[in-house]
Amino acid sequence: MRAPLSWLREYVALPADVTGRELAAKLIDAGLEVETVDRAGADLVGPLVIGEVLAIEELTEFKKPIRYCQVDVGQANGTGEPQNIICGASNFAVGDRVVVILPGGELPGGFKIGARKTYGKVSEGMICSVRELGIGDDHDGILVLPPGGEPVGTDVIPLFGLRDDVLDIAVTPDRGYALSIRGIAREAATAYDVPFTDPAAVELPADTEPSYPATIADPTACDRFVLREVRGFDAEARTPMWMRVRLFRAGMRPVSLAVDVTNYLMLELGQPLHAFDRTKLTGAIEVRRARAGESLETLDHVKRTLDPEDILITDESGAISMAGTMGGLHTEIDEKSSDMVIEAAHFDDIGTARMVRRHKLHSEASYRFERGVDRELPLYASYRAVRLLAELGGAEIVPGVTHAEAPAPPVRVTMAAGHPDKVAGVTYGRDTVVRRLEQIGASVEGDDVLTVTPPSWRPDLVDPNDLAEEVIRLEGYENIPARAPRPVAGRGLTVQQRLRRRVGRALAGAGYVEVLSFPFVSDKDWDNLQLPADDARRRALRLANPLSEDEPLLRTTLLPGLFKALVRNTGRGFGDIGLFETGLVFRPDPDAPKVAPRLAVDRGPTPEEIASVDAALPDQPHRVAVVLAGEREPSGWWGKGEPARWADAVEAARVVAAEAGVELTVRADRHAPWHPGRCAALFHGDTLVGHAGELHPRVIKAYGLPPRTCAMELELRRLGEPVTPSAPHVSTYPVATQDVALVVDDAVPAADVEAALREGAGDLLESIRLFDVYTGEQAGEGRKSLAYTLRFRAPDRTLTAEDASAARDAAVAAAADRTGATLRGA
Amino acid sequence: MRAIHAEPELSHHMSAPNKSYDPVEVSALQPEALDRARDEALAAIAAAADLDALKDVRLAHAGDRSPLALANREIGALPPQGRAEAGKRIGAARGAVSQALKARQAELEEERDQRVLVEETVDVTLPWSRAPRGARHPLTTIQERMADVFVSMGFEVAEGPEVEAGWFNFDALNFKPDHPARSMQDTFFVESEESDLVLRTHTSPVQIRSLLSRELPVYVVVPGRTFRTDELDATHSPVFHQLEGLVVDEGITMADLRGGIDAFVNGMFGEGLAVRMRPSYFPFTEPSAEVDMQCFVCRGASAEPGGEPCRTCGSEGWIEIGGCGMVNPRVLVACGIDADRYSGWAFGLGVERTLMFRHGVEDMHDMVEGDVRFTLPFGMEI
Repeated sequence: MRAPLSWLREYVALPADVTGRELAAKLIDAGLEVETVDRAGADLVGPLVIGEVLAIEELTEFKKPIRYCQVDVGQANGTGEPQNIICGASNFAVGDRVVVILPGGELPGGFKIGARKTYGKVSEGMICSVRELGIGDDHDGILVLPPGGEPVGTDVIPLFGLRDDVLDIAVTPDRGYALSIRGIAREAATAYDVPFTDPAAVELPADTEPSYPATIADPTACDRFVLREVRGFDAEARTPMWMRVRLFRAGMRPVSLAVDVTNYLMLELGQPLHAFDRTKLTGAIEVRRARAGESLETLDHVKRTLDPEDILITDESGAISMAGTMGGLHTEIDEKSSDMVIEAAHFDDIGTARMVRRHKLHSEASYRFERGVDRELPLYASYRAVRLLAELGGAEIVPGVTHAEAPAPPVRVTMAAGHPDKVAGVTYGRDTVVRRLEQIGASVEGDDVLTVTPPSWRPDLVDPNDLAEEVIRLEGYENIPARAPRPVAGRGLTVQQRLRRRVGRALAGAGYVEVLSFPFVSDKDWDNLQLPADDARRRALRLANPLSEDEPLLRTTLLPGLFKALVRNTGRGFGDIGLFETGLVFRPDPDAPKVAPRLAVDRGPTPEEIASVDAALPDQPHRVAVVLAGEREPSGWWGKGEPARWADAVEAARVVAAEAGVELTVRADRHAPWHPGRCAALFHGDTLVGHAGELHPRVIKAYGLPPRTCAMELELRRLGEPVTPSAPHVSTYPVATQDVALVVDDAVPAADVEAALREGAGDLLESIRLFDVYTGEQAGEGRKSLAYTLRFRAPDRTLTAEDASAARDAAVAAAADRTGATLRGA
Repeated sequence: MRAIHAEPELSHHMSAPNKSYDPVEVSALQPEALDRARDEALAAIAAAADLDALKDVRLAHAGDRSPLALANREIGALPPQGRAEAGKRIGAARGAVSQALKARQAELEEERDQRVLVEETVDVTLPWSRAPRGARHPLTTIQERMADVFVSMGFEVAEGPEVEAGWFNFDALNFKPDHPARSMQDTFFVESEESDLVLRTHTSPVQIRSLLSRELPVYVVVPGRTFRTDELDATHSPVFHQLEGLVVDEGITMADLRGGIDAFVNGMFGEGLAVRMRPSYFPFTEPSAEVDMQCFVCRGASAEPGGEPCRTCGSEGWIEIGGCGMVNPRVLVACGIDADRYSGWAFGLGVERTLMFRHGVEDMHDMVEGDVRFTLPFGMEI
């Protein structure tokens, strides 16, 4: 809502020196979110006056028509002589009244005016367009003023309100009343404690006769419907400049006098109004819900199929308007309309809101009805409308008013007088509470327990806390003291939360950079990942309204997002890179209910009810994934580096698992999107926690990844609850080291050999390290040699050579037994 | 010199010492002879040019067959009354030589070390970037940092699902069906609008989950990822993060809300920063407020007449940080909590916005694209 200060001043007796900015600060304190204050016309410098065109000489020797005009500006130029002005527009005639800026003046945007030679003449000033004056967008011609009015030479800056501060207020959905000058002026009056004049408070004529016939068929759709009529409206009559300027300042485009009047009053009062051409109506009007199959072509030339829930204004011909949303094209007033029926009504807020959403039809009127319009306004607003049409358009007010209404029970809120004190932690006392509530227009009864009837323009006030907020905001949020927090006995982070932090630190420490990618993916990603048709990861949730039709799905794996981030980095010249992400993936259960039940809100849900809602949600586990490419250890002056390879991806998994106190076991696997010969399945005991390795070349190609890109993904909860580590016994006895080289078949996994060695070596084994893998002639065809260092140590004695040899022999025997290993050279 | 030539006899005498007095042989114990031997030794030590030379000198002048050592052996040939005197003299001479040797040894070692260390000089400015460098995303670390401020006040960190039921995201938070507040949230619907499954539009559904699953009183902080159908641009993202604190306890007032926010602001942005609240509207709090804090860079000075312009607050002196309010009693009722006995406050803020003004991030794209150049400087903590 854009509110010009001059308009507000009409209804609130603000001190003369209050600026828009000062008022804005006060209104912000009172709860209106003033986003900006435009100082419209602040840089305008006169003389800027009314002129009358006396003579026009058409200059034809130029590329475009140019006029050399004599313009009477009265005594504004000091001489009373006509002013000679060159003008490029031609939408005016001799005798027209225009706005002239004289030499020395300055138009908005620092445009200085002087007497200057142009088109072979001296031009002493300029005839202005609305855009040049900053009161419109139209630049097709100059502004021709409505006939009559102030004499030539009159300064138009104050006359038209060309200099004004305009407050732009973002009105929160609870404060529909602030979508009007009336509502904002009332807040301003309270803020400055000065008198407020209600623009709706006009004395109504004692009309007894009904006007155009109308009834309400559905009281749930509309509880008040008012019609008044005018006749003989001058369709040629023009909107006065002051109204035109205010409409523009408030953000509306001037259309015609009749439309401008309804818009002007909507802005001023907050009551949307609609004008029908009387001659286009057929029989009595009825407010009802739509019938199946009904349709209506609205003002925007769209033919709309109506829903049985839509609220309609109808006559005997059918629908003529969508209530509070948009009028029908057929009964619209046009440039010839002289007899009009003015509608002012109170439509159901929810009904309007649904209609708006259903038809995606947002209008200034529906915006207000959704947020609640003062139910008491229609009689007054409609009367002000016919009066303005009479005053400005020469119309005759037809006596009588049609007033259909359905009874609306009054809203009363019961509140302990001390409730605002209890909410704020401040002692206001009953008198202050009552005074503040009365200030917002409520009537208050009672002593310790107050019965409050909120004003008709505040349908948002329904609970004691709503009333408390009114008292507290008017008393000033700044006057609420701060009470230091009482320390509570919290348990800090959960085990899983701590684990996730450690995982992040460990991966960053291992050289991975964290990314947070969007969880949106597409069906194409599943193909790019080479997922089999029945892969569970293809079963993804789909958004009903994705931002991009290309990515309507929710991720079931973190990898696509990481791949895209990696490609972005390599595209920007960073090819040696490791990235990681931790986040949720969404794994719907195909058997889950398709709809989450909506529980009651007037009581707490039962555990069963909560479970019924949660059952509709997908499983959303935390995962961690890495992707890496290029050189893991860079080449440099020191020599060659190390490329990122499958083993780094597996190592990243081990880094993560170590933070959970878990040692992973690894088995070869074939699992998309990994290279079938370079894919490790990661196990915690018997639980598969994830996969790591080099990506499948087709995946690399599909995503445009660097060759031999590697990745890892695992699910954190599968690592189990991290256990509290127990201190190891540190033996100070010397170590005994034994090396063994074992030859096994190529197909035997090193992990199996190592497991066998460990098992066979027994308790004396302290550590085992594979220090060489050899394939070649000496190992034999289809065989490989694995060389290990075994370190033995006893907790309580120095091992003898015999002890160590015996343990080593036992280890080798176990390896031979389990994996067919033979001692190299044996 | 003579003593050297006398070596064979000396060894002979060693086997049968002190039997008789031989005035010729004990001439080595004459003071002049001792002084001479000492001076010759000292001169040789001083003249030793390196450690090898000094080794030879040591052998010649302090070794078993050096003049002083030989002289020492002859003490036994003296009459008893002369032995003490001679012993003292020899001791002094040998002491002087030994000390000089030690000093020269140290001197020469020092010289050698200097030379060797100079020879081993490398160019320490050579770059050595063999270990890949990593970092955590600043949106992650700033959430942790903010959560920790709450944790230090005894709050616990609560979490909830990102795909959420409409009842948790809206209804229980007093968003009425068809109320404009609901459409203001620009919701992503999952599968269909009828499914009533949404990508949570805020972290507030975790308020409901916390109140339903925890014992009262509840003190939780909720960081998390949230979603709205905003196109990505410099200041908006469809995927963003919020962090909110929630308190529900007996006797909680707006003074506690204010105190809680003060404590958070001071813990996060610095001591003594003023906080102000402006009335606002959220369905799940009543009364509600927007929260501004004094700019932590200029502390409001930029908004004073003649103040230096401040980029952080746009010379406003204040920075808008989030929204807050007293938990709407309707929310408590929907969670089955006695709203007459319990009350609470909630405070929430946008994490991206906080990162932007705290660290001068200028464009939302930087936070979502995953460019390592953006993330690396933030390191492990923020």
